[in-house]
Amino acid sequence: MGRKTSAFNVVSVALGLAFLYLPIVILVIYSFNGSRLVTVWGGWSLTWYRALLSDRAMIDAAWASLRIAALSASAATVLGTCAAIALTRMGRFRGRLLFSGMVYAPLVMPEVITGLSVLLLFVALDVDRGFWTISIAHTTLTLCFVTVIVQSRLISFDRSLEEAAMDLGCPPLKTFLTITLPLIAPAIAAGWMLAFSLSLDDLVIASFTTGPGATTLPIRIYSEVRLGVKPEINAVCTIMIAIVALGTVASSLLAKRGAMRRERAALSAQM
Amino acid sequence: MSMGAKKGRRLGSTRLVLLIPYLWLALFFLAPFLIVLKISLSQTAIAQPPYVPALDWVAGWAGLRDFVAALSTDNYALLGSDWLYLVSYLKSLQVAAVSTAILLMIGYPIAYGIARLPRRLQPILVMLVILPFWTSFLIRVYAWINILQRDGLLNDVLMRLRVVDQPVAWLSSDAAIYIGMVYSYLPFMVLPLYATLEKVDETLLEAAADLGCPRWKTFWLVTLPLSLPGLAAGALLCFIPITGEFVIPDLLGGSDSMMIGQTLWMEFFANKDWPVASAIAVALLGLLLVPMLFYERLQQRSLEGGR
Repeated sequence: MGRKTSAFNVVSVALGLAFLYLPIVILVIYSFNGSRLVTVWGGWSLTWYRALLSDRAMIDAAWASLRIAALSASAATVLGTCAAIALTRMGRFRGRLLFSGMVYAPLVMPEVITGLSVLLLFVALDVDRGFWTISIAHTTLTLCFVTVIVQSRLISFDRSLEEAAMDLGCPPLKTFLTITLPLIAPAIAAGWMLAFSLSLDDLVIASFTTGPGATTLPIRIYSEVRLGVKPEINAVCTIMIAIVALGTVASSLLAKRGAMRRERAALSAQM
Repeated sequence: MSMGAKKGRRLGSTRLVLLIPYLWLALFFLAPFLIVLKISLSQTAIAQPPYVPALDWVAGWAGLRDFVAALSTDNYALLGSDWLYLVSYLKSLQVAAVSTAILLMIGYPIAYGIARLPRRLQPILVMLVILPFWTSFLIRVYAWINILQRDGLLNDVLMRLRVVDQPVAWLSSDAAIYIGMVYSYLPFMVLPLYATLEKVDETLLEAAADLGCPRWKTFWLVTLPLSLPGLAAGALLCFIPITGEFVIPDLLGGSDSMMIGQTLWMEFFANKDWPVASAIAVALLGLLLVPMLFYERLQQRSLEGGR
């Protein structure tokens, strides 16, 4: 769209971003507050981070969350990529409507419904609830996000590359591994990261599917937050924000480097 | 090579690619809904699991007949007759509708502004809009408690500016719920809108300007109609989950009236009434079925329409 930028455009974008970031910035600043009271500034201090180090329950919860997130994101990436390939490459198969319905529905399905229903399945199957049930529920929730990301990459890249390989006698599996997979790899990586952060973040579904001994970080934070603001929680949140920010910066740098390398390769091929 | 042979081989090797996610979703997404439906027709009981009837597989057909005979629609009758549930549903719809309207009014200028800024800045700005979405939802809601509570920052600033002379109870109010909803769902509104606005052909706007069309009219007659798919996607992407939202009203809202997600949560966790919680879930799903189907069609068109 147009290059003609008015002051109105600039102001609305600036205000929008300020609205999105101000609360987070305030939270981060207050995690370094030396005073226990929210409005009283007691000088910069690491008191709450130190308190966190001795909070065994919080550390255990964080560790449980990280393990569940890594496992469910990996499973969701495999399943979601398969689903994306099926939806873009297999044309009209029987049951396609049901399949695509099941893939897209979790994107908007209220979490209380997903959580309740998957818990009732586990009860019906008489499974012990805990680490594995949360992981399965998170895999189901996040695989649709992976599918959407990978699918949009699959439809946007040049199909003639695949066709050329096949025409030259390359078997389908090899074509997929040597041509398709490297092309969609950035989308798969982005899908994994999104699935990971969604799992790390989820409170509602984890609350339904958890069992004794499997407290995740959001469940822990939620039970503390219900009792009011605590400076330790500010510190936990700041650490989580820092991890996400670092991850995002690192992945965008990697993507940029990959793009530059590709460009250079394309240039040298032309010469 | 003939097309048929090539196609046949591809289908053989890719069947698993479809089958594995298909079975996964059927088992862990579709089957659970059937169970919810079944339990919503059951009665609560002091047992493990806490509802009757339980399907007796061993008894065969007789067991199935007894099971079906014991099902009842009492839970739905309860939902229809008790004001608590009706008020919950209505409140959820109201909060979702008002929040979506506010999100549109705030999100549209942002998306429009990004689309009109220099092209090299746009990916960075889009990234900045997405970034908060990657940080925890719970953290972002919690951040507002810091700001909105009685001795929080908002009251502090307002009192220093002498806008109010005593602290306002922002927290535990509908206003806090709306702030939380708009804040949390803003990226979901801005991104689909931007995706369509960015594609609007510049020459159309130039043509309108050349023909003497004033700018507001160009917006009204050209830009807005062209951005309708993004507008619909953004509105649905916000409206549907907001209706069933639990965390935001629970942490920021008051205790006087609950949204349906909170009612479901309470029936399940506090009252341990699984059948009623299931009936609420089924009724909520029924309420959202039409917007959900509409969203699925939009999603399919945007992801598969290009083929």
